[in-house]
Amino acid sequence: MSAEINLPARSTRQSVGRFVKSHMRDYGMLLSLVAIVLFFQYMTDGTLLQPLNLTNLVLQNSYIVIMALGMLLVIVAGHIDLSVGSVVAFIGALAAILMVRLHLDFVTTTLLCLMAGAAIGAVQGFWVAYLRIPSFIVTLAGMLVFRGLCLILLAGQSVGPFPVEFQRLSSGFIPDFLAMDVFNVGKFHITSLLLCGALAFALVVLNLATRRRRLAVGIEQEPLALFAVKNLALAAVLVYVGQLMASYRGLPNVLIIMSVLIALYGFVTRNSTVGRRVYALGGNEKAARLSGIDTRRLSFYTFVNMGVLAALAGLIFAARLNTATPKAGVSFELDVIAACFIGGASASGGVGRVTGAVIGAFIMGVMNNGMSILGIGIDWQQVIKGMVLLAAVTIDVYNKNKA
Amino acid sequence: MDTNLDMPILAMKGISKTFPGVKALDNVNLSVRQGEIHALIGENGAGKSTLMKVLSGVYPHGSFEGDIRFRGEPVAFRGIADSERLGIIIIHQELALVPLLSITENLFLGNEQATRGVIDWDASTLRARELLRMVGLHDPPETLITDIGVGKQQLVEIAKALSKEVKLLILDEPTASLNESDSDALLDLLLQFKARGISSILISHKLNEIAKVADRVTILRDGTTVETLDCRDAAISQDRIIKGMVGRELSDRYPRRTTVPGEVLFEVKGWNADHPAHPGRRVVRDVNLTVRRGEVVGIAGLMGAGRTEFAMSLFGRSYGRNIRGQAFLNGREIDVSTISRAMENGLAYATEDRKQLGLVLDNDIRHNITLANLKGVAKRGVIDHEREIQVAEDFRRRLRIRCSGVLQEAVNLSGGNQQKVVLSKWLFADPQVLILDEPTRGIDVGAKYEIYTIINQLAAEGRGVVLISSEMPELLGVADRIYVMNAGEMVAEMPAAEASQEKIMRAIMRTGETLMSGEGPNMSAVS
Repeated sequence: MSAEINLPARSTRQSVGRFVKSHMRDYGMLLSLVAIVLFFQYMTDGTLLQPLNLTNLVLQNSYIVIMALGMLLVIVAGHIDLSVGSVVAFIGALAAILMVRLHLDFVTTTLLCLMAGAAIGAVQGFWVAYLRIPSFIVTLAGMLVFRGLCLILLAGQSVGPFPVEFQRLSSGFIPDFLAMDVFNVGKFHITSLLLCGALAFALVVLNLATRRRRLAVGIEQEPLALFAVKNLALAAVLVYVGQLMASYRGLPNVLIIMSVLIALYGFVTRNSTVGRRVYALGGNEKAARLSGIDTRRLSFYTFVNMGVLAALAGLIFAARLNTATPKAGVSFELDVIAACFIGGASASGGVGRVTGAVIGAFIMGVMNNGMSILGIGIDWQQVIKGMVLLAAVTIDVYNKNKA
Repeated sequence: MDTNLDMPILAMKGISKTFPGVKALDNVNLSVRQGEIHALIGENGAGKSTLMKVLSGVYPHGSFEGDIRFRGEPVAFRGIADSERLGIIIIHQELALVPLLSITENLFLGNEQATRGVIDWDASTLRARELLRMVGLHDPPETLITDIGVGKQQLVEIAKALSKEVKLLILDEPTASLNESDSDALLDLLLQFKARGISSILISHKLNEIAKVADRVTILRDGTTVETLDCRDAAISQDRIIKGMVGRELSDRYPRRTTVPGEVLFEVKGWNADHPAHPGRRVVRDVNLTVRRGEVVGIAGLMGAGRTEFAMSLFGRSYGRNIRGQAFLNGREIDVSTISRAMENGLAYATEDRKQLGLVLDNDIRHNITLANLKGVAKRGVIDHEREIQVAEDFRRRLRIRCSGVLQEAVNLSGGNQQKVVLSKWLFADPQVLILDEPTRGIDVGAKYEIYTIINQLAAEGRGVVLISSEMPELLGVADRIYVMNAGEMVAEMPAAEASQEKIMRAIMRTGETLMSGEGPNMSAVS
């Protein structure tokens, strides 16, 4: 066994540079995010990564990230969903009516809203998958319809505030089971730090196990040095972020929800047969169909999934504002779609990664946040974001053609 | 100048072209005489297309080594426009026509009959008619490209070349997707052009065509010129050309098979299907078919005979509507009403259109191979990546797929290797009956032989193989029994041992008064 493993390992060791070069597309986005973070950290004199701001950054972007997970699947399947911003507003309005007007408890409301999201996705998915109307048109219609329905539900007014339990969805933090003042620094959220540490450890162990399995069958190409650096950096960043957040109020509830979803969708896209089929569907629908895949049902469910995630995002957003407004979620669809494309998804389907979409969402988020701290007006922010989107996709396409 | 037929109109000397890591062309020489049909032949990946790209300026002067002389003058093309201006026109395998524009509009695309940007439609139509007459196409020039078959589209491409005052016409596998009569018409056209002093370079895998029209043959192998043979004085045998291409004697073009077919494995009774867009128009009519265990059953027929339509309607109703009929496996009726049910019941269909219908081109070899049987590499919906790699590696070795590794994207493979990936996919699905639709179309002699070997292995394992092919020698060489299909019906059935090309053609012609239009199944049928 060792002879087989040694050969590829030795030949790749000399070629860390070449490996990085050929995987520039994978690392490029992550490096861009790091560069953007460092840039704004410097420009804002360290405000960007202050515990309070970092927490805010997560809260502000959670709903975009969550929707980007669903949008990635929709885009990989070869479709688009323009309605998510309106769905966010509609679900927020629905939640407000159910809780504020009808005094339902927040668990029932949440369930009803997620079901409503699934139903919205199912209707749009039915039109796209079974009636074969282009998704651009179906969801453009949905964008108008649900924005209108939101206005009708709210009668054009803002409705709030929400019960406290519901607000915790967005503004709450995980409880500190180990609250004690070890470091004598006042309140410090030990549980959060430990959680991040444990997560870092688990990820590194998982990566090691994967690498060992891949080496055993001789398909590992990543040089050991690079693997070590990557994992060390990953662990360091996680612990650093955990420490920052712990020194404020700990990990927000939303961050937990978001992380679980990212892990889940990462797993589904990479390791599940369903995920693989979505990629095949987007890559070549006819070939996928002739390989026995029910492409229509698959398309349908990507929209149902998108509807549920948009509903969840709608709840989180409403909880964060503590009110449902008719203007909620305006242009969210653009941020979500932009996140997927910045993250390397292909507009023609079949290509895209969950990690890419998440990084894309954070690139947008950090830029929003950083530019706001710098006092750049919303006008120029849009100009700059637009150009970053264009540049990111251009560089990605260029790298792809070169590879 | 025209008087001296031996004067080269084109002389390419010492052409070398290197891509990162690969030497695609190594000191290649090609000389085409005035008014000759020069065949360029070689296995897939031998460098034919690269050489033609060098000639037409796709690879500009300076990106390769060597000299090109055209009509005695050294030339240095910076792009296709430069070579076209001198009358070197290349017609690619994938036609470059706009489907929803008319024949006229396509003919003059980029070369409009216009004064100061305003198109003169009358002049365009007149000129279009004249050009169409020269290529023998009698459809009205305002017909949309999408409404005419591939054969006629090819003629439009050639008419377009004529409109540009062509001196040297390059055709890249022009007959690969044409039926026999369209192919013949095209080859006759080349002979006519020759009589008018137009030289052509013909890239083809079909040795009988080359024997028919070519004056000389240049054989490429692994990026070098093997030899140039003169066919005018003495006929060159096909075996001689094959030897040059593959570098060895291919004593038998069809591997021998020793399996004896067993009991009836698969049976289709009374199969009917209508055209998907025209309900009531029957394209498959009362077809009966049996396949024995370990038997290779051929289906012969012209393009548009309904063979692909039959196979696809059988395979989970992936073509047509109003489908009726029964299918039996081992004497038990099976449900083939959806693709997944057909697959569960032991059927597989490897498409004739590997790029559009067979492969996810952007995905790697590994993902393509496991696509039809993800369960085979997954546990409770979770894919075992290591197992998947091993499966793919296993097929790469068994079918000798030439690639840098199973992680290579399917789009970069040659036609023969793409076909092997498609076959791997269906082999991994482990079917009882495998329908192969034109499995050797557009692939070279060496790869064909390997695919025949795979077919033999399948039969030896006791599976049934249905082989749809437009190449009659292939059917005669590989099948045990041959059905002849025409106008949606099975018109004859004969043991291969008793069959001959003449017998098959006679069976077609006898019923052939009601030939259907020469289109394959519509793309929309599959969506």
